[in-house]
Amino acid sequence: MTSPENAAITAEVIRDHGLTQDEYQRILKWLGRTPTLTELGIFSVMWSEHCSYKSSRVHLKRLPTRSKLVVQGPGENAGIIDIGDGWTCAFKIESHNHPSFIEPFQGATTGVGGILRDIFTMGARPVAVMDSLRFGPVTKEPGDSGRWQTDQATIHKNHSIVDGVVGGVASYGNCFGVPNLGGETKFEPCYNGNPLVNAFALGLVKREKIFYAKAAGAGNPVIYVGSKTGRDGIHGATMASEEFSEGSEAKRPNVQVGDPFMEKLLLEACVEAMETGAVIGIQDMGAAGLTCSTCEMGGRGAVGLEIELDKVPQRETGMTPYEIMLSESQERMLLVAEKGREEEVFAVFRKWGLDAVEIGQVIPENKMRVREHGNVVAEIPNEALTDDAPLYHRPVEPWVSPVAKEVPDGIKFGTKKDLTGEFHALLASPNICSKRWVYEQYDSMVQTNTMQGPGGEAGVIRIKGSQRGLAMALDGNGRWCYLEPKLGAMHAVAEAARNVACTGARPVAATNCLNFGNPEKPPIMGQFSAVIDGLTEACIALETPITGGNVSFYNETLGEGIYPTPVLGIVGLLDDTSKAVGSHFKAPGKAIVLLNENRKKHIDEAQVEFGSSEYALHILGAMWGAPPKLSLGAEKVLHQALRQLAAEELVESAKDCSDGGIAAALAEKGFAHNIGVDVDFASSGLPLECVLFGENPTRVLVSCDAGHVSRIQQVATNFGLAARQIGTTIPGNFQVRVDGNPALRAEVSALKESWATALDRALHSDVKAAAV
Amino acid sequence: MAMKFGVIIFPGSNCDHDAYWAFKEVFQQPATFLWHDSSDLQGCDAVIVPGGFAYGDYLRTGAIARFSPIMEAVRKFASTGGLVMGICNGFQILCESGLLPGVLMRNKNLKYICKPVHIRVESTDSPFTHSLRRGEVLEVPIGHMEGNYYCDEATLQQLQKQDRILFRYSTPEGTITPEANPNGAIDNIAGICSEGRNVLGMMPHPERASETALGMTDGVRILQALVTSGTLK
Repeated sequence: MTSPENAAITAEVIRDHGLTQDEYQRILKWLGRTPTLTELGIFSVMWSEHCSYKSSRVHLKRLPTRSKLVVQGPGENAGIIDIGDGWTCAFKIESHNHPSFIEPFQGATTGVGGILRDIFTMGARPVAVMDSLRFGPVTKEPGDSGRWQTDQATIHKNHSIVDGVVGGVASYGNCFGVPNLGGETKFEPCYNGNPLVNAFALGLVKREKIFYAKAAGAGNPVIYVGSKTGRDGIHGATMASEEFSEGSEAKRPNVQVGDPFMEKLLLEACVEAMETGAVIGIQDMGAAGLTCSTCEMGGRGAVGLEIELDKVPQRETGMTPYEIMLSESQERMLLVAEKGREEEVFAVFRKWGLDAVEIGQVIPENKMRVREHGNVVAEIPNEALTDDAPLYHRPVEPWVSPVAKEVPDGIKFGTKKDLTGEFHALLASPNICSKRWVYEQYDSMVQTNTMQGPGGEAGVIRIKGSQRGLAMALDGNGRWCYLEPKLGAMHAVAEAARNVACTGARPVAATNCLNFGNPEKPPIMGQFSAVIDGLTEACIALETPITGGNVSFYNETLGEGIYPTPVLGIVGLLDDTSKAVGSHFKAPGKAIVLLNENRKKHIDEAQVEFGSSEYALHILGAMWGAPPKLSLGAEKVLHQALRQLAAEELVESAKDCSDGGIAAALAEKGFAHNIGVDVDFASSGLPLECVLFGENPTRVLVSCDAGHVSRIQQVATNFGLAARQIGTTIPGNFQVRVDGNPALRAEVSALKESWATALDRALHSDVKAAAV
Repeated sequence: MAMKFGVIIFPGSNCDHDAYWAFKEVFQQPATFLWHDSSDLQGCDAVIVPGGFAYGDYLRTGAIARFSPIMEAVRKFASTGGLVMGICNGFQILCESGLLPGVLMRNKNLKYICKPVHIRVESTDSPFTHSLRRGEVLEVPIGHMEGNYYCDEATLQQLQKQDRILFRYSTPEGTITPEANPNGAIDNIAGICSEGRNVLGMMPHPERASETALGMTDGVRILQALVTSGTLK
């Protein structure tokens, strides 16, 4: 698509740019003339789904975005909340799904790079990243039948995607020098052709030092800083707004290449330049590159930016205006400085060995004007590209779960009295096993603030020079959203917030990454709309407004979409980091108390809900039913209770029961220090499987000194919650009885072996087998 | 008497502020940053070459950093007995600069590894270990892609004979085993010193294990030794 500037704008050219005829008519109306090819390219990226949110905006408006703590909601490069002591934190999650399938390593690196720039463009120094990764299966599974067949070749392809994505995330974050505090890694056949790479970053900035991506002051210079512009990533945003087909891998040239060293220099230089006071506004060049930063910065300030392309630093010769405007070369920023103080900015960038070039100036008209050799090659009103981009009320059809509610024939519960063998297999299943193979490749300790890194409930960092700290967690459950989108979305919020609350922190704000199929299909929009409803309800109830995020549609290959997968990032405040609670048992001889909602489940309800569990999928090889019910009221008070228990220093550990149920949570709590449990549950008439492996929400296991149990029960009662002592921690042995009968018996070290080595084995065994 | 610590900043250093924080805030010592492009050591008593990716680690880790003006000054400083401590990327830079023998190759598993490891103190005859006990085991984290120390047989023998291996990877109980070796380093070497014993290079990060908030505090033992080494003179 590098045809000459004066190329005729034919129907084919318009279609190749992903624009509809209606959209083209709209362009003609805005301009009052035929666009140049460069202008058409600019419209096509700015009006792409990825940049314009044209299908999602009408729904996103329903999300709660405000609270007393929110300093900046959606609409800027990142959301910002007040965290006390004059500090604020900027954070956001963003997807880089499409590039990560086509070129896993570079797709993932540039995903991390992009989100880091979103943070430091606000003046905030990034202090933590996390990521939520979803892949197709990396091993043969019993549940692998029906709609999604995963053959051996696909499994191998998935291995290489996992290896590339994890390596890419590691390479970028490690070099940049920001600790990775974990996140989630999940495997499900629906992600075979569409892996999800959602990167979250968080940074700190003093309230009075926040920067915005807003231009002001006609005559002020527009300065380009960072890497030179090349031909990489042209139309990346448009690619991310299409489904994959057979030829998608030929789009590899559309994927950008990341250079974390350059980004590190850019961070240091930008922060230092901001300190000079000469910078008025700044925005990174991410999706849609120079185009997006030029029209958005102007638009936000109700002014315009005029730039001369001859001055843009270029990596290659002979680049056309079209290519320069649409390039998505990484590690570039655009800033507006105060006239007369340019030299202060240039000096900083010189010190760090980076390009900083004045390429234009702010103009009073609210439009972007692009020149080449002095001639205007594009002139477009800012609002045509931003606020007045097309907006679609796509047809919505309610999503009906294609999965039966009833327990399938042939599945019988409670036939076995001892499930130790199944438990080993469950702990080794891909979604439950240790993700050490992944997170040991990430530097989780740089900056020396990490109090809880990967492998726990939430990441926790301290803030140097303050008592305060931050807890953060990412969660999502695509399978639950597939079965019931609204309820699944509510669970994602509840679980992320619960994980944060387990540390003793108060969950205060959220960011979301919404991964979906093709929005032009009404049932997909049905999923989307229901998910927004669920997020809205849960975020209001849990007082965690959404401050930003992103939407990724068209996660489909050959017409088959992914599960609707909203991923929630929740940030919580810790007033006193010395009281932060970890998730692991620390010693034998402690009481184990289960905090949960005071409600009994009927056997039919429990069995319907069990069909969406990891046990059903990986051990029974089936999926049915609906996600567990969720009471947001109970969830809210559980978080409050956890905070009080932490503040009173009553508990030594806290962990929620999610994937794999209470049995998996008990085992995982003991692996770090080889501590076992002696526990007895009452079945209350439910089958053994549901008691041990059911995935009811709103449950947290805490361990404590025996003397604290009654006080813990008192606190729980005050909040209307149940708190029952179910047993004690013991050295080295795992003994779980149900109604007094032994159900799980093993040495902790044996369980740990199953859990700790599974992913490593899955990722390497097949390769060896194939080589033979 | 307090010592003045200088922490070098190369473009791409990312543990510079961590080392600075440890000496300045945790140990309450005078500390300053040293810019790569300058050859002024600002009268520091000890120079820290911090972790990170100096000059992007392009070409080879440490290969470009060795040519920086500051490293020229560090070489002179070390030749007169000045104390130099290289951590992680700093160790790689010291090897490339010829201040320490050997080379740090890519980890045996070819991947970056970040995790706590155990190291055994092999010699207490240095400013970095004088207050430790020989055979003592410390828990200190690593975070690197190229930590696989290698040198030829003659050099290894010399390091051993001269008691210049200060730390080796071991089990928590202090046994040197292949399983305890995270990166494939020859002879489980985690840290060595120069012939004059005033230059240390080590892959593990003591500054990441220097406060209770970080969950590990054994690094304090090493940094404390350096901070109090002035009393040795």
